[in-house]
Amino acid sequence: MSATTTSAPKANADDSNGDITDAVIRFAGNSQDGIQTIGGFLAKLAGRSAREVMTYMTIPSTISGGASIFQVHLASGEVLSSGDEADFLFAFYQHSYDAHLSSLRDGGICIYDSDHVTPDPEDKRVRHVGVPITSTTVEALGGTAKDRGKNILVLGLVTALFQLDRAKLVSLIEGQFKRKGEDVLRNAMVAFDAGYAYQIGDLHGESFNLQAGAAGDTDHVTTDGNTALALGLVAGGVRFGAAYPITPWTTIMEHLRSELPKHGGLFVQTEDELAAVTMALGMSYAGHLSMTGSSGPGISLKMEALGYGTMAELPLIVVNVQRGGPSTGLPTSVEQSDLMQAIYGSHGDAPRVVLAPINVEDCFHVAIEACKLAKKCSAPVFILTDQALATRIEAFPEPDLEQVVIAPKLDTETRDETFVPYPLEGETRHAPPGTKMAGGKYPVVTGLEHDAWGHPNGSPEMHQKMMDRRRQKISKLADDYPVSEVFGDDSGDVLLVGWGSTWGPIREATIRAQGEGLSYSSMSIRHLNPLPNDLGDIFAKFKHVVVIEMNDEGLYGFGQLATLLRARYANPSIVSVTKTDGLTFKIKEILQRVDALVC
Amino acid sequence: MDSASTTAEPEKLTKKALTADHPTWCPGCGDFAVLASFYKTLEKLQIPQEKIVTIAGIGCSSRFPYFVNSHGLHFIHGRALPLASGVSLSRPDLHVFAFGGDGDGYSIGGNHLDHAARKNVNLTYVIMDNFVYGLTKKQTSPTSPLGFKTKTDPTGAIDQPVNPMKKLVYGGATFVARTHATQVKHMMAMFERAIKHEGFSVVEVLSECVIFFPGAFDEGNPRKGGEFTLIEEKKWDGTPEDEDRHDVSDNSAAFALANEEWPGRFGVYYETDRPTKNKLEQRWIDDMQSKVGDASTADLLKQRFSAMK
Repeated sequence: MSATTTSAPKANADDSNGDITDAVIRFAGNSQDGIQTIGGFLAKLAGRSAREVMTYMTIPSTISGGASIFQVHLASGEVLSSGDEADFLFAFYQHSYDAHLSSLRDGGICIYDSDHVTPDPEDKRVRHVGVPITSTTVEALGGTAKDRGKNILVLGLVTALFQLDRAKLVSLIEGQFKRKGEDVLRNAMVAFDAGYAYQIGDLHGESFNLQAGAAGDTDHVTTDGNTALALGLVAGGVRFGAAYPITPWTTIMEHLRSELPKHGGLFVQTEDELAAVTMALGMSYAGHLSMTGSSGPGISLKMEALGYGTMAELPLIVVNVQRGGPSTGLPTSVEQSDLMQAIYGSHGDAPRVVLAPINVEDCFHVAIEACKLAKKCSAPVFILTDQALATRIEAFPEPDLEQVVIAPKLDTETRDETFVPYPLEGETRHAPPGTKMAGGKYPVVTGLEHDAWGHPNGSPEMHQKMMDRRRQKISKLADDYPVSEVFGDDSGDVLLVGWGSTWGPIREATIRAQGEGLSYSSMSIRHLNPLPNDLGDIFAKFKHVVVIEMNDEGLYGFGQLATLLRARYANPSIVSVTKTDGLTFKIKEILQRVDALVC
Repeated sequence: MDSASTTAEPEKLTKKALTADHPTWCPGCGDFAVLASFYKTLEKLQIPQEKIVTIAGIGCSSRFPYFVNSHGLHFIHGRALPLASGVSLSRPDLHVFAFGGDGDGYSIGGNHLDHAARKNVNLTYVIMDNFVYGLTKKQTSPTSPLGFKTKTDPTGAIDQPVNPMKKLVYGGATFVARTHATQVKHMMAMFERAIKHEGFSVVEVLSECVIFFPGAFDEGNPRKGGEFTLIEEKKWDGTPEDEDRHDVSDNSAAFALANEEWPGRFGVYYETDRPTKNKLEQRWIDDMQSKVGDASTADLLKQRFSAMK
């Protein structure tokens, strides 16, 4: 079996004046050059032009300075990854050129700032086009602006090159810069126009008309995963929360800090991670649906209190924007190595729910589902997202907000004499403070093992019964899950299985293999604890079940999800593809690794 | 205090109604008197029973919530304050109390104490300080005096103890008082003032562990030959005597009192009126809500999504 094809449908960059349907453009410079701004504008434009988009960026974890890239994958069809190889590279500096030239595909076009970059004259693999980006910017803007604005000049170049919708871009620029003052807007427009009018010598007369997609009647939303997740939490009824800043989680708390007061809620920045999870539990105990979140190191610190959440049966949403670990690890790189921690991380047997969104749009919907499940089982619910999903921008249709919004409710109705918080058979019935107890007896919520009333009771029988109760209410949730979806045939040679943000690359790899006539299907598991009930039957219909994840193969040769699935189904067909290089999976990487395993 | 203006029958809050489990403390433990004083103070103030919330971490004294028939929460070690802050900040209608000992408050939870104080979260914190770890059977506590022999310092404690009054005043607590578990009337007076204070109010109670540090606080107990010396607060009456009295709003004066020799003085070390975090956050919430007017959650989210198109 061979599945080693590496070329995707690509921009016809060799044919001048061609219409193209797909382009991967990489901008490489320094973080203070505003490279993200170019990418952000292009992504927004794509959302307004019925083009699909996915971005990818790296930002050094320094305050200012350091190499930075922004890659935009624009297409008129479905975009599932940010692109294995770039069709176009904009190199701002010599170091950008040196580091990123290899990311260009054969025959790709490198547009370099001829004020800073001396290209390799021997390199015939790609086309080199020099543009004096810096001096043209200085010339256009004059005054004291120096080279600030060269990002917008490049945006103008790109607009002309790909025949993008100039009017829409101008309105986006106006929207963004007006707030910063008339001078700033004027400069931005001067830079944009200079770029737009610039005749790129070697490409003179060539254009790459990026086609708009099939008739979309409404503009798409373009945003990143952290923003979508924060808004999903608001839609799901979260009104209170607490957290401590840590990359790449922080932007969620920034959003919630500003957003929740509009809805009568509050998000608190605490002194540390322990206080954050604790304060959020306090808000839950007080009767609200509340949340906390963090990344690797911070999640480790929260584990004791999360075990309390399971024991005291308090609903709480916990977001982990995973990054490279262990310890401080790779703060701005992607990894999926916190799955076992999410499921098993606290001391004792402390079952909880774990969900993972598969793309930016799904971040919104998973957040709402987490809200529903947290209330249903009255226990902590983890949302495992990751650095790649957190920061990349995608376009998607606006959700039907009237349909999905859940109004929060503080229930302090008087509880009658029959009230028990933890009935051995039946659902948790928390009575938040402020609730009158008709029977005259008030409940104490505790982390000690307790009886149905919540009273400390460590007898062997009670501990076993309560352990059963806490486990069963979680495992029962899977009965109400939607049917798992398999992409492709529901039986065959190979089933690729992923979770979280690997959904796009796995799907694209599947499409490519199918295109070659191979029997490949794929699925992404969004519910990781408890697992869906139908997985065993699905797996049984494939010769090979290959679990693809961004974590280490561990001591026994299997990634974290693969380990769980093998333990759960004892199915020897389940094998594992893992990696921990801090980068998202490339399509050819998946196909080659799977091919090597199954041949 | 909130007025119980609702139509419901005025149920009188009694010590009997507030009594729950019999305490698990050892006979003679100072904490019994703290509990009794707490009941009596609540009885006097007639706070609606369902609005009382007692929260504690881990330790002998942190068993407190089981012994009060009110909404209560027994939490993990050292984190009672951020949990209580979460309750206070999200439910302004409640009376939030945190209880704990010296290990819970000054050691494992020491950082939270500074920040709850700095933020001036509206709640009352009662610290039953016995200078020793009792639940785990005699290890050194953050307030154990130098030379005190424990199972973890068999030749005597060598680390300088925390000075609770200094830590609290420096941290920014807006009401700081010190009392002695054998002085019930004084303890009740301190509790009452702490409860009435709007902001982060702390009462440090010297509460003897009769098993692992018997006699620790005899120097402050007249019945054991000690002296229970009260702080005389300024009356602002212009008399010459008033010159020497303590100005509770003067934090330098509070530090001077905190530096006095053992057993020091009892009463209010510091009290000031500073806006609570509760009020400051509510001001922001009100401001934001008045800006958005009648817009529903769906409307507000639509606005956010539109801005991202």
